[in-house]
Amino acid sequence: MLQKVFGKFTKWSVLKSLIFKDIEVLIIGSLGIVSVISFFVGGVVAIQTALNLSNPLIPRNLIGYATRQSVILEFAPTFMSIIMAGKVGSYITSSIGTMRVTEQIDALEVMGINTLNYLIFPKIIALLLYPFVITLSMFLGIFGGYVASVTGGLCSSAIFIEGLQIDFNPFHVQYAFIKTTLFSFFLATIPAFHGYYLKGGALQVGKASTTSFVWTSVVIILANFVITQLVLA
Amino acid sequence: MISVKKIYKNFDNTNILKGISASFEKGKTNLIIGQSGSGKTVLLKCLLGLYTPEKGKILFGKDSLTDMKEKERRMLRQEMGIVFQGSALFDSMNVEENIMFPMKMFTDKDDSEILDRVNEVIKRVDLTNSNDKMPSELSGGMQKRVAIARAIVMNPKFLFCDEPNSGLDPRTSILIDNLIHEITKEYNITTVINTHDMNSVMEIGENIIFLQNGEKEWEGSKRDIFKTDNKPFIDFVYSSEILKKARKALKTNS
Repeated sequence: MLQKVFGKFTKWSVLKSLIFKDIEVLIIGSLGIVSVISFFVGGVVAIQTALNLSNPLIPRNLIGYATRQSVILEFAPTFMSIIMAGKVGSYITSSIGTMRVTEQIDALEVMGINTLNYLIFPKIIALLLYPFVITLSMFLGIFGGYVASVTGGLCSSAIFIEGLQIDFNPFHVQYAFIKTTLFSFFLATIPAFHGYYLKGGALQVGKASTTSFVWTSVVIILANFVITQLVLA
Repeated sequence: MISVKKIYKNFDNTNILKGISASFEKGKTNLIIGQSGSGKTVLLKCLLGLYTPEKGKILFGKDSLTDMKEKERRMLRQEMGIVFQGSALFDSMNVEENIMFPMKMFTDKDDSEILDRVNEVIKRVDLTNSNDKMPSELSGGMQKRVAIARAIVMNPKFLFCDEPNSGLDPRTSILIDNLIHEITKEYNITTVINTHDMNSVMEIGENIIFLQNGEKEWEGSKRDIFKTDNKPFIDFVYSSEILKKARKALKTNS
């Protein structure tokens, strides 16, 4: 499949408009949900960390530190990708799957179009912008933690910011982006595979969306383990 | 002209097409008819190159589809227009965008030239003032018209229609049949229609191929239908007892 995705290219003017359309749907369309989830999960991480700091010898700046590490290392790149597997992945599977069952893909084939390139390549390119979504997620997650800590009286603004700055390793951000870039490829290709090779009718479109979500999540989790072993261990 | 020479197609060790040979003539409406499961759609998909037969040849003029390389096949496909059973319009595009899609894809014409041609075919299929409508806003008959417009916008040499009347009322079916027939004559193209609608057969059947269990059982024109004594074909055409009696009465009277 991948060989054909990068095989005979669709006319650039058509491909360009498809890429912009996919950026709008897959990236810009996801900003709302990503923002809301990131902000509140960041807040919850901060609150739970604070609630577990019962020992007065542990400094309160750990709240900022723990929020930063959780959000940058795992929450934004990995768990946001699993949420995106549900949102973006099921959209990709169901849109391509519907095109399959309504013979739209056959119509494209008959016109002599490389359908794998036409349908999947723009999605892979559009999702190359996915690390920007994760950047936003990191920022809002930490900001959510800050708001929850300060407004909830868990620690002062200065202490939270001090915690954010303790032992900051910029490589952790790079590690998060390496993961995210790989996950963006999974987010585009695994759901597309399930949609493209779908057989049957409307019921199978629903089933394929579920299957694609499960497989994308599993692959992301496994890849996360392997990358973490390779890069951080 | 398209010629099919002794083609065989199997699925899961079941023979779907069993050595079919047929000719589809230029400037005529060629109909493939038969019961559900007789192999009509498989034969049509073989002609379109979506299925590759295990044995036999499919010739477009002198060029063998079965021996073509992928690039030659793509070039040939650009000379084909197809109307799918469910119209297969692109949901995300409006009528105008659906019709201009093949031109945008395969020609270097500027937007105004493309739009002129699109409006020309829209007028030809009687869809004026529907340019901005989305497929979901159209009736079944209108969707078929858009599909026909999209199929002919590139001036194809071959037009394939898979059950063009499915889901349409009898009156709209006849209008669609007549539109396809007129277009075949106007553009002098080879049209192959896959149908089990006997109204279509009687209306526009210039060259009819009847399939049964993956074999060609009968071939002729709509005029030959009344003369034939081929039992499986008669059983298919005159499927109800009333029609059988009517035929008998007509034969006795004549």
